[in-house]
Amino acid sequence: MLNFPRWKVILITLVSLLGILTAFPNFLTEEQARSLPSFLPSKQITLGLDLQGGAHLLMEVEVDSVIQDRLEDKSEEIREALRDAKIRHRRRVSEGKVIVTLTHPEDLDRAVSVIRKEASGSVGASLTGLGVSDIELAQRPNGIIEVSLSEAAIRERAQLAVSQSIEIVRRRIDEMGTKEPTIQQNGDDRILIQVPGIDNPDELKQILGKTAKLEFRLVDLSVSPEDIERGRVPPGTEILEAAESERAQGFPAKYAVRKRAILTGENLVDASLGYDENQQPAVNFRFDNSGGKKFADVTRKNVGKPFAIVLDNKVISAPRINSPILGGSGIITGNFTIDSASELALLLRAGALPAPLKVLEERTVGPDLGADSVAAGEIAAMIGLAAVMIYILLSYGFFGLITNLVLIVNIFLIFGILSTLGATLTLPGIAGIVLTIGMAVDANVLIYERIREELKNGRNPLTALDQGYQKAMSTIVDANITTLIAALILFQFGSGPVRGFAVTLAVGIFTSVFTAVMLSRLIIATWARKKRPQTLKL
Amino acid sequence: MLLKLVPETTKISFIKFRKIAFVFSLALLVASFAMFFTKNLNYGIDFEGGILIEIQTEQDADLSVIRRTVSGLGMGDAAVQTFGAPTEVLIRLEYQEGKSLEEVVAMVKSALAQTVPGEISYRRTETVGPKVSGELIMDGILSVTLAMVAVLIYIWFRFEWQFGLGAVIALFHDVLITIGMFSFTQLEFNLSVIAAILTIVGYSLNDTVVVYDRIRENLRKFRKMDIPALLDLSINDTLSRTIMTSLTTLLALFALFFFGGENIKTFTAAMIWGIFIGTYSSIFIASPVLLWFELRREPDTSPQEGVEVLPPEKG
Repeated sequence: MLNFPRWKVILITLVSLLGILTAFPNFLTEEQARSLPSFLPSKQITLGLDLQGGAHLLMEVEVDSVIQDRLEDKSEEIREALRDAKIRHRRRVSEGKVIVTLTHPEDLDRAVSVIRKEASGSVGASLTGLGVSDIELAQRPNGIIEVSLSEAAIRERAQLAVSQSIEIVRRRIDEMGTKEPTIQQNGDDRILIQVPGIDNPDELKQILGKTAKLEFRLVDLSVSPEDIERGRVPPGTEILEAAESERAQGFPAKYAVRKRAILTGENLVDASLGYDENQQPAVNFRFDNSGGKKFADVTRKNVGKPFAIVLDNKVISAPRINSPILGGSGIITGNFTIDSASELALLLRAGALPAPLKVLEERTVGPDLGADSVAAGEIAAMIGLAAVMIYILLSYGFFGLITNLVLIVNIFLIFGILSTLGATLTLPGIAGIVLTIGMAVDANVLIYERIREELKNGRNPLTALDQGYQKAMSTIVDANITTLIAALILFQFGSGPVRGFAVTLAVGIFTSVFTAVMLSRLIIATWARKKRPQTLKL
Repeated sequence: MLLKLVPETTKISFIKFRKIAFVFSLALLVASFAMFFTKNLNYGIDFEGGILIEIQTEQDADLSVIRRTVSGLGMGDAAVQTFGAPTEVLIRLEYQEGKSLEEVVAMVKSALAQTVPGEISYRRTETVGPKVSGELIMDGILSVTLAMVAVLIYIWFRFEWQFGLGAVIALFHDVLITIGMFSFTQLEFNLSVIAAILTIVGYSLNDTVVVYDRIRENLRKFRKMDIPALLDLSINDTLSRTIMTSLTTLLALFALFFFGGENIKTFTAAMIWGIFIGTYSSIFIASPVLLWFELRREPDTSPQEGVEVLPPEKG
């Protein structure tokens, strides 16, 4: 136990030195760390949101609304298919189904086969080449057909909506120019967003809270203001409210607009802050080729009529088409401020969310609170460390000195590993390190107590040392594996800061076993072989 | 001269105290249950849903003014308390269906600006919806249960089933009494407390395993010794280590408790309590309960036969 092969000596020394080296950048400022020569490690531990301030948001993609949209589309497809087949019917969408009521119940069989043939798509076809139908049909008496989306179709839509939402959220946050955001899927329909060091989380939430579905639609001039008030509109037209900022300006509060959009935000290639002829903030935009052509076409046919610019089902403005808009670009005017115009431009550039996002959980920490926590954690760690070291020194004398030495190496190793792993240090994580300081000495204590016993049993110092290490080994392994189990489970189930705690705890277990079993043994063995002590002061 | 808080050789008959210890623990457990079912726990927003706003005022905060102002906003009663310093205040509101956090914070901000003198800094805002809080509770319960099962299995493999069961009984004891402590003190029970409880599980187990290891070793060494004496011997053998490690851990934790800031105070409080209860249970509960199983399973088994079923020591 006291003899070390050369390779082991080299390995232990190397690991310890590497730990110190990789931990070192954490004691420098950020600039100093960056200016280190490239052969030296320069990674610093990332501070968690609770330590550097920032926002943590757990959002749910409201998948139901996507499914609803999809059903509306299906309803439209069914309408076209049945119209082409000259089957008269009524339709409504309710409780996740399109309910088709045939005017002549004897059309039932024909209607079913038409819907099957013309209004059904397939799901998963690209993968298997086979695919399953995206709709399910149920026949009810009196010529009623209920069409619902198949399980597979719903699942596919939902997954698509979530992954699209993540992409859009990422684009929006990147556009804001925040550094190192974490955006990841959490569970089936959730997105976890962590943005460190953000000054104004409100702005972030505002930007994420908007669907940003932009549509250009024609205004239905056939509907009188009275009918708008009463809500009476012809099919294909609906009443939309004006955006809040518009209402104050003496514009109409409601508009009758065609349901079908001429163009949507998907046709946009760029949007930016601009100014209208009155030097009011506005949003400049540009369509892609096909969008530009279509827009030119529609505006040519509708000169003199107004069209509505609709954002998230609210009318931002309804300008009149004075002349055909041919260049594929235009300007959205409205009652904008510079901020609201830039925000809209950002949202349009990043694209629309397929479904609204709902905040389930939100935590924001101001940067000064984070700094206070770091300072408090540092002080507590220092005091804790000093107290433990003094106590150990008093209890074990020379051996305590060695323990204290490896304890410091241990702390360096923890920092080194955390930096190298790119782990995040949270407030509970600091607590984990402090706790490790207390518990790390356990392995050494086990060994020393064992050596004491061996000495008491009358063994000579070298044998006692040897036996002490040997016999303490299995206990050390058992005791640490059980703690490690707890740490792993904590990591698996914990969230945010608690995870940070689990990581430091787990890393602390490895480093403390290494330093106690390997490093301290190497030091003591080297000392013992050189000095050949006749008695051990322990 | 080296400091020795525990004499080199102790011969305390812990097993003899086991009845007292069991009664004592039973009383604590009953009290914990009674507390839990009458006073329940003071759940944080993690588990109950709600809104939390931490502010810092320029002058010492007048809590009653803040409470009145915020409660007057029509969002239910506000719980207002200082948080460490007299200028730091925690405001807690119920979850507001249909209102976003920034709307709530904006309302609180404009109301407080009228009634509280000086600049107020908003240091932290949190909201947890009812959906997530329910899941967090489930996750918490699941993780603690899973940790216990995992540990039971590990110890079963490494030792014997009796040891695994003994360790888990001790763990249940620790966890339940810790929850009882939180019910009694009405300290906030939140996510980090679950982390603390899992750490207690780890720590208490650590302690227990060290004693069990010694019992296993002594079973092999002293084949003729009767079990109660052997348990006593093993606990005494490891006593100085148990005390030493508990003390160093407590030193570190107390530093954290007093200097680590308000945000981790309940977390550290739970752990400090856990170290005491964990140390107590590994001496007075985990080892003595082994007597039950040994005696109940094979009442006439002599120690020698007991030894044979043990797996050979590795290394």
